[in-house]
Amino acid sequence: MNKTWWKILASVLVIYTAIAGLLLGVPHLAILNETIRNLYFHVPMWFAMIVLFSISVFYSVKSLSTKSEIDDIKAVESVNAGIIFGILGLITGAFWAKYTWGQFWSFDPKQNFAAISILLYFAYLILRNAIDEEQKRAKISAIYNIFAFPMMVVLLFVLPRLKDSLHPGNGGNPGFNSYDLDSRMRMVFYPACLGWILIGYWVYTIRFRIRSLEVKQQQN
Amino acid sequence: MQLAKEVKYLIQKEVVLEWRSKYTINGVLLYVVSTIFTCYLSFVSLGKDDKLVWNALFWIIMLFASINGVSKSFLQETKGQQLYSYILASPAAVLISKTVYNILLMLVLTTVALGFYTLVFNDYSPPDLLLYYVAVIIGSISFSTVFTMVSAIASKAGNGGMLMAILSFPIIIPVLILLIKLAKNAVDGLPWENSYDEIAMLLVVNVITVATSLLLFPYLWRD
Repeated sequence: MNKTWWKILASVLVIYTAIAGLLLGVPHLAILNETIRNLYFHVPMWFAMIVLFSISVFYSVKSLSTKSEIDDIKAVESVNAGIIFGILGLITGAFWAKYTWGQFWSFDPKQNFAAISILLYFAYLILRNAIDEEQKRAKISAIYNIFAFPMMVVLLFVLPRLKDSLHPGNGGNPGFNSYDLDSRMRMVFYPACLGWILIGYWVYTIRFRIRSLEVKQQQN
Repeated sequence: MQLAKEVKYLIQKEVVLEWRSKYTINGVLLYVVSTIFTCYLSFVSLGKDDKLVWNALFWIIMLFASINGVSKSFLQETKGQQLYSYILASPAAVLISKTVYNILLMLVLTTVALGFYTLVFNDYSPPDLLLYYVAVIIGSISFSTVFTMVSAIASKAGNGGMLMAILSFPIIIPVLILLIKLAKNAVDGLPWENSYDEIAMLLVVNVITVATSLLLFPYLWRD
């Protein structure tokens, strides 16, 4: 992935979705009204976060068997990038909630569980800070990362289904992907997801390169 | 078969050690009883109708008691002891024996706690006591499986108590939410069919936790 074409593609897609997402027509639904456009900006954040955290788990598994420092740096930097997207997802969701539910934070199950899963990764970062020795740190934090990942999946995808939530797609509220997501919205939504995932991956590669340069500098 | 034999001996060792000192069990029991008593005295102004508050309170007390009880399993051991059991037994046997021992410990603890809780809070006894007890049993199992692994991680990181709390809370919250929901069904006296979802979910979470722990523990174990 050292080529530049996908970076250009990501930029073009995100610029396109920012413009088209605000200008193109959307279905008019009660309560949601124009806030339905938030779909283009809120949901891709979570997709990017999940992809980045999955990359992190992949490199954690790899670093357990290879014990290479590179894999450890990859795991932690993808968590760092993923947390940025998680926080952005919470913020965009909170703004949407302000205009549809009346409050930034109304302790809806989806909001709570998303916040807890971010806490999980903050705990991961704190665990890393607590250990000084590099190899030990790489091993123990990789183990915690793998151990925590299934819990995050339960938090984000299973538990909200069991509770009553106001979030679209839950508790009898129409989900965006059932009948509301008409072809006009698909034209923007899918490129937005792809674009933001690529941007997330880009952020992660930049962070990884900076970090590995720093490590190299320290070793010399 | 080798594994089963090792597990049996290690559990025996844990129980004998505990029986000789009786420190953990008595300590945690006293902790639970005094916490329940403190809670009773502080919340005494709550009326009979606040059954949900009593339920949540019970689980919070259980959560802290089990963190204190289970975290001992690895944090208490010295480096020498860990090395000794590493030479003698396979990592899987160590983890399974610790988990089973913690489950036993938690079962005793939660049963006594539930008895004392219903005794102190006279008005508060869930209509469906059997279902509540099922929730308590599943709760002890889940707390033990999760906290055993987290305490192993925390003890290897070498920064005991605080890390244990930070690392375990985000992981235990989904379990705790399911448990409180299940226990609430018992408090409301709903028919059992309504609780099968939660019970199944909790069992699945436990299976996932045990499976990932068994996979990861061998890496954690060797230094």
